[in-house]
Amino acid sequence: MSLTLEREAAPAHRPPPPPIRARWSRWDIRVSPYLYIAPFFVIFAAFGAYPLGYTLWVSLHDWDLLADEHPFVGLANYRALVADADFWNSVVNTLGIFVIATVPQLLLALWLANLLNRRMRGRTLFRMGVLIPNITSTAAVAIIFGQLFARDFGLVNWLLGLVGVDGFDWRVSRIGSWIAIATMVDWRWTGYNALIYLAAMQAIPRDLYESAAIDGASQARQFWGITVPLLRPTIVFTVIISTIGGLQLFTEPLLFHSGTNPIRGGPLRESQTMTMYMFENAFQPNFNFGYGAAVAWMLFLFIIVASIVNVSFIRRVGRQR
Amino acid sequence: MKVRLWDASRLTYATLVVACLLSIFPIYWMFVVATRSSDAIGQTPPPLTPGGNFGTNAGRLFANPNANFVVGMVNSAFVAICVTVSVVFFCSLAGFAFAKLRFRGRNALLLVIIATMMVPTQLGVIPLYMLMTKLNWNDHLQAVIVPALVTGFGVFLMRQYAAQAVSDELIEAARIDGCSTFRVYWNVVLPALRPAAAVLGLLTFMTIWNDFIWPYAVLSDPENPTVQLSLRALSNGYYQDISQVFAGTAIATLPLLGVFIVFGRQIIGGIMEGAVKA
Repeated sequence: MSLTLEREAAPAHRPPPPPIRARWSRWDIRVSPYLYIAPFFVIFAAFGAYPLGYTLWVSLHDWDLLADEHPFVGLANYRALVADADFWNSVVNTLGIFVIATVPQLLLALWLANLLNRRMRGRTLFRMGVLIPNITSTAAVAIIFGQLFARDFGLVNWLLGLVGVDGFDWRVSRIGSWIAIATMVDWRWTGYNALIYLAAMQAIPRDLYESAAIDGASQARQFWGITVPLLRPTIVFTVIISTIGGLQLFTEPLLFHSGTNPIRGGPLRESQTMTMYMFENAFQPNFNFGYGAAVAWMLFLFIIVASIVNVSFIRRVGRQR
Repeated sequence: MKVRLWDASRLTYATLVVACLLSIFPIYWMFVVATRSSDAIGQTPPPLTPGGNFGTNAGRLFANPNANFVVGMVNSAFVAICVTVSVVFFCSLAGFAFAKLRFRGRNALLLVIIATMMVPTQLGVIPLYMLMTKLNWNDHLQAVIVPALVTGFGVFLMRQYAAQAVSDELIEAARIDGCSTFRVYWNVVLPALRPAAAVLGLLTFMTIWNDFIWPYAVLSDPENPTVQLSLRALSNGYYQDISQVFAGTAIATLPLLGVFIVFGRQIIGGIMEGAVKA
């Protein structure tokens, strides 16, 4: 025992120990990169990945905020959720608002980008003009548009009145509140997506258009035949981002419905989204973490499925062209 | 002929002008309502030009005990500045490591970071809330600061910029002069990253200033809101003092509007560059 220790302590031929400075420098080169990237992974693990994963665990329990014990109940929360009409109502609302917001938004953005992709005066001014809605907060947008879509004294109803349509109560109509909320989303995000498309359009070599023009292709044909196919990766990217963001819609409908119980998204849950339903169950007024967590995981699955469906749809449309 | 094809036609200009007007009108109208009395909103036709009532509206707003608007503005400024400084520092540090330092697992770890940008972490809000309860951070500002200290988007943006903007020779030269890795970052890399760092800082500041869902979940004490929560408190209820609410949204939007007017070109450049690289 003591013999081995001695042998380890005094090896026969050992190079002289490097000076401290050199040793420190070697350590610096080897360890620094990991040190520099570590903060992201620590923060993401603690406040991103762990909570999302732990949501699954919570969803398998009867986890009431005020109860002392949280018994394991397996899939009971999910079973209850599948039979819960209010949950499916929130699913329909989320998907409905998503479709009527995202489809026009991305088409409009594509069109706007095509217009911005020309030689013109005041380029920066036009780009700033279409991007400016994006700097306002979702809360501010919801407040402003809430007033624009007000039943009494709302500008939208006033404009409708000018063409002879009677005042409409946007908040208590399901499709009406969907349209109002989709308008808020589109107003805030269309210009942003247009700039993303514009960036990708500028990377397309112009010779492609020139040869197409020589072959007599019209501008519309060039747009659908060259621009859109070459933009496909960018379109897929924006569709994924819009799906992830759109299915988590929360602030706009919450602030659109002010009153005693805005988290329900209107008196008859006309535009309660899935995230709102999660909040209603997990926080005020229900404080049932387990059930809310089950909603969160269902929403997570919906996001994955919807992203896959949307992307394969875009791919197929692109191939047919 | 070649050239004419790419010139904007009159119709293009006209359409873009309409698009810009539609973009600007709600913001303009917010200022109209914010400067009018609440009665004026009920007039037919509705008022479309600013009035002179902004002072009294803002006075009512600042005195409103339910909104705690001034506290909200100060809190939001504090949170946004803390997060912005931290995000710029940690993301540029990590971006430098990914772009310019050699280490095992570099590419795989970068892919992990890109993948995390797609994870809807918002859905982890329930355990995150439980975690904050355990740390006793509920209703305290660190609950909204700490989770945002460094972002995958920022790391990726800074990596892309560092890869092309910082020359390897410069780093080598600094090393031969005996600089430690951190000194290389601080004296050589960070100055070269300034344009991208500015864009990241602006985008981060705007995102945090406007953030709603997580502050809404974790800062339930109405005495200690962020500015967006103040706006929510103002607008929530059966009776709304519309001109006061709009004075609030106008004041809460002004800082970002100022930033946008001064740095709009850089912000647009950042969004478009990020798009091409992603």
